Amino acid sequence: MIRLAVVSGKGGTGKTMVAAALADVSNVPQILADCDVDAANLSLLLAPRRLTTEEFRGLEVARIDLDVCRDCGICADRCRFGAIVRRDDAWAVDPLHCEGCGVCAYVCPMGAISMEPRVCGEIYTSATDLGPLAHARLFPGSGNSGLLVTEVKKRAMALSGGADLLLADGPPGIGCPLIATVSGMDAVLAVTEPGISALHDLERLVTVCRRFGVRISVAINRFDLAEDICAKIEEYCEAEGIRVVGKIPFDPAVVETVREGRPVTRTGSPAAAAIRALRDTLFVEFGLS
Amino acid sequence: MKIAIASGKGGTGKSTVAANLAYTIARSRDVVLVDCDVEEPNLHLFFPAPAVDVPVTTPVPEIDPDRCTLCGECGRFCRFGALAVVKDCVLTFPHLCHSCGGCTLVCPQGAIREVPRTIGRVACSRPLPRLVLVSGILNEGEVQAPAVIRAAKMFAEGHPLILYDASPGIACPVIETLEGSDFCLLVTESTPFGLHDLRLAVEVAETLGIPAGIVINRSDGEDAATVAFAQEHNLPILMTIPFSREIAAVQNRGGLIGRDLPGWEERFTDLFTGVSP
Repeated sequence: MIRLAVVSGKGGTGKTMVAAALADVSNVPQILADCDVDAANLSLLLAPRRLTTEEFRGLEVARIDLDVCRDCGICADRCRFGAIVRRDDAWAVDPLHCEGCGVCAYVCPMGAISMEPRVCGEIYTSATDLGPLAHARLFPGSGNSGLLVTEVKKRAMALSGGADLLLADGPPGIGCPLIATVSGMDAVLAVTEPGISALHDLERLVTVCRRFGVRISVAINRFDLAEDICAKIEEYCEAEGIRVVGKIPFDPAVVETVREGRPVTRTGSPAAAAIRALRDTLFVEFGLS
Repeated sequence: MKIAIASGKGGTGKSTVAANLAYTIARSRDVVLVDCDVEEPNLHLFFPAPAVDVPVTTPVPEIDPDRCTLCGECGRFCRFGALAVVKDCVLTFPHLCHSCGGCTLVCPQGAIREVPRTIGRVACSRPLPRLVLVSGILNEGEVQAPAVIRAAKMFAEGHPLILYDASPGIACPVIETLEGSDFCLLVTESTPFGLHDLRLAVEVAETLGIPAGIVINRSDGEDAATVAFAQEHNLPILMTIPFSREIAAVQNRGGLIGRDLPGWEERFTDLFTGVSP
């Protein structure tokens, strides 16, 4: 099985659109995962039918028992995250800042602080016409998004019996959720666009992905909006030994099909044709038919 | 006043709005622009200027093997898996360390001290006479984005007018950025993705108690769902930027529409007035 993550560095370059379209035309048994748990959009294009829902528990959160607390403030002194705050003339835990390290509970001389489980989101598995989907929802403002990505990948792997392809829609950026997405993958497809920001972000993304030893390919979306910068991206890829496996034109059908909630490859538009070609190039590289 | 620019969804045009707003304000008054998208900072591309770099460090444990008795307290305490006590030594995994300091507290031998580890840098420049740019830059491969954001924000602290450009998403880096802001501009696009993620971003702003307003970017005129959402949540739509190849071309080359296209400086001035009447 090939494990492929669609990533980008810069947000909004078209990861989700490309991932859904690639899934639509892959023509191999596959399992899908939405690893952008902050802003999970893949399901909006795949009309999923929910099979299972689980609570996602992140790291624990501190709780102060005010009946036992003697108001000494040692916890607030020791907390490095500013998570112990003064509220209504008493100490309280600000869960947005609590990282769950347990230092406050350790230092409290009264034993007034306990570490409690914290639900930070939900993990789902669903059926779609294109194959099973593992996805999740992070509650706004919760931490632990990298941990949640890892859980989504675990669910996807558990569903992957007999599949030739695990296709993951990744998060933007190069931090915790991206690293959790890329680790353990065989390949990444970096979707970029012809802009100086996207190229800059691609370079940082490639540096991170190289550390994981994954095969890197690039797709240039909306390539015809600035052909000179597109040429710069191709120069960069060539210098880095990275193959540009597809160039997708700017195409109003992309926004139209997103509004209709279906992959762009259901149309005969230019973007759809480009993604079919991209699929063929990529799959030959992977040895998938 | 502190104004954060956020979005939920990536690529909706946060940096476009932040850069143009900062440029426009800097025509008449002093402003500090802080790039809090430390994973993929881009604002320096719009304001090239020589910068002074300051490293961002975070404390991580260092074990004194002469004092360590391999008792295992540190490894049992660490919830992040950053320390593991094996047969003849303590292994540390600084990438996983959250710098809580717990291991140094629990070690009965006093064998652990904290040493600084560089995870990124803050680059400060003055690209325009009245604009200071502070960019937080996370080193590639690091995960402690909030620590770099905190450092970047600290450099701007105390200034009367600060703009924060947030990263996409709704998790810890965005919370770190929005914290302490007086207003949050939410940049969206009129697609189901844009709206879905705008909802989440509004929840974050509400959780933090920060008043918010909306900027619709790359509008193709089909904004009804976004407008209805804004009305329902009592959020003002402060600006609508149409999709145009001309605007995209300026933006893609690192230009500023407020400087390079006629009429836009006035519109960004109006946006600032809408935020800070």
